[in-house]
Amino acid sequence: MIGLIHYLVVSAILFTLGTVGIFLNRKNLIVILMAIELILLSVNINLVAFSAYLGDLVGQVFAMFVLTVAAGEAAIGLAILVIYYRGRGTIATDDVNRMKG
Amino acid sequence: MGYAANLAMTLPEVILGVGAVLLMMVSAWGGPGSTRAVSWTSVVVLLGAGVALLGPAGSGGAAFQGLYRADAFAAFAKVLIYLATAVSIILAPGFFERTAGDDLRPEYPVLMLLSATGMGMMVSAGDLLTLYVGLELQSLAAYVLASFVRRDLRSTEAGLKYFVLGALASGILLYGVSLVYGFSGTTMFDGIASAYAVDVDAPVRSLGLTFGLVFVFAGLAFKIAAVPFHMWTPDVYEGAPTPVTAFFASAPKVAAMGLAVRVAIEAMGPALGEWRQIVIFAALASIVLGAVGAIGQSNVKRLLAYSSINNVGFALIGLAAGTPEGVAGVMTYMAIYVAMTLGCFLVVLRMRDESGQPVETIASLSGLSRSRPGLAAAMAMFMFSLAGIPPLFGFYAKFAVFDAAVRAGLFPLAAVGIAASVIGAYYYLRVVKTMYFDDPAPEYTREGNGAVEGGLIAVAAVIVSPLGYLSIPLLAAWSMAAAQALF
Repeated sequence: MIGLIHYLVVSAILFTLGTVGIFLNRKNLIVILMAIELILLSVNINLVAFSAYLGDLVGQVFAMFVLTVAAGEAAIGLAILVIYYRGRGTIATDDVNRMKG
Repeated sequence: MGYAANLAMTLPEVILGVGAVLLMMVSAWGGPGSTRAVSWTSVVVLLGAGVALLGPAGSGGAAFQGLYRADAFAAFAKVLIYLATAVSIILAPGFFERTAGDDLRPEYPVLMLLSATGMGMMVSAGDLLTLYVGLELQSLAAYVLASFVRRDLRSTEAGLKYFVLGALASGILLYGVSLVYGFSGTTMFDGIASAYAVDVDAPVRSLGLTFGLVFVFAGLAFKIAAVPFHMWTPDVYEGAPTPVTAFFASAPKVAAMGLAVRVAIEAMGPALGEWRQIVIFAALASIVLGAVGAIGQSNVKRLLAYSSINNVGFALIGLAAGTPEGVAGVMTYMAIYVAMTLGCFLVVLRMRDESGQPVETIASLSGLSRSRPGLAAAMAMFMFSLAGIPPLFGFYAKFAVFDAAVRAGLFPLAAVGIAASVIGAYYYLRVVKTMYFDDPAPEYTREGNGAVEGGLIAVAAVIVSPLGYLSIPLLAAWSMAAAQALF
């Protein structure tokens, strides 16, 4: 029987993968966007699992809000990425270093 | 309570939201030519939202079954937010006209209005869902504003960094929200508070709630740029166009601080012992790192970024007290901080070479006292005030938070904070020394200096001057009323 704990563990693993993915990724900015999506989806698993466990609908409503906002966030992220690529001609993570200090 | 009564309590957000959407239509059809009209209309819309606070929106209590709070605390924060946003809109056209790169498009004031709507929701949140939606509305508009000058590589890079780290912060905050929801069974702040009050005999539940609290505070620390989640600040402040930087340093900071205070006191008040450790660490680390990091900087916008990290640390000392006096101290601090930081950025906007291009090096301020004595005096006042040197008004801000910390029995925190503020004074004084004692650098151009910006500098200078002390009775009563609304 798959219980609440299983969902929480999967979600914690996904969240960790997403966070580590942002910091360890040396290749390209698209991967960072994917890592952010991973974090938000891990949150959704948490919310829906808790919602089912508690028998309370608010968690699922919250998950819908998170999905919607995540779509908007991805759209803005990609738009910024496009104007960045137009200027720099690269989206390698190591090259995002105009400003230092 | 009827729907109309609920809407009346959310009137500032309704005005801002409807105004932003209508102005977006105007700017879509009017094109770049409508920029000036849209800018000034947005300022009027912000003014209207501020006037709406006089009605039920400023003191009505809970609206929409507790999702939204229209109390004195929210009203105090909103006045600061609307003022700072209006100033950031007013000073933009002058900057963009004179700077090579993209022209100012009418989207700029519209995005500011949307961001202000989100900030209003943040400080009025009575539920984790309102908190999240408000925070994202503010952030999404801010990401676009940071990368507003599309042809400037620094601006797009600032937008990219802000986006990635801001999205990470939202993710961390959300993960905490999901844990808090799961282990307390509700997203309402009062329900969460009662869950924190009775968790002692269930170890798993209390562990879950504590983890949730830590994640939520980590996410909020990102948004207020407190150490250890401050690393995005210098890069974003340097890269973003100066009016946008002025905006980032003022309005969203007030909103995020207001949100942090509300979550800490209203939702997690019974867990004071847990979050106080986090807040004390973030406060001291921000003060020290903000001061030390600023020492080697040569770019004035980066310097002000570290200064903002430093100042957030001082404001957090008031929150660490966890008392009504402490919260009133935080709000007083933010009010005075907004005046000081906007004043600094208004002066930075005047730093332009002969061809009218912005100059950002601290070295270019050399000998400013001889070429532009008025400007140098204003900047010196802002710097002394940020350093908290009496008789300037910035001293009272620091006094308010330290006083609250001492009254709450946090003597070591107050002592270390005061000691560390001396380190901070070093780099503020270095700017003053550069302006008053170094050999003159090439003069800044006077061409195109707007009278409105000049007037705003004068107003900010009067506020931070000893004349500001005249406002203390009013400010103290008002911030105390705001703080009492949370307890």
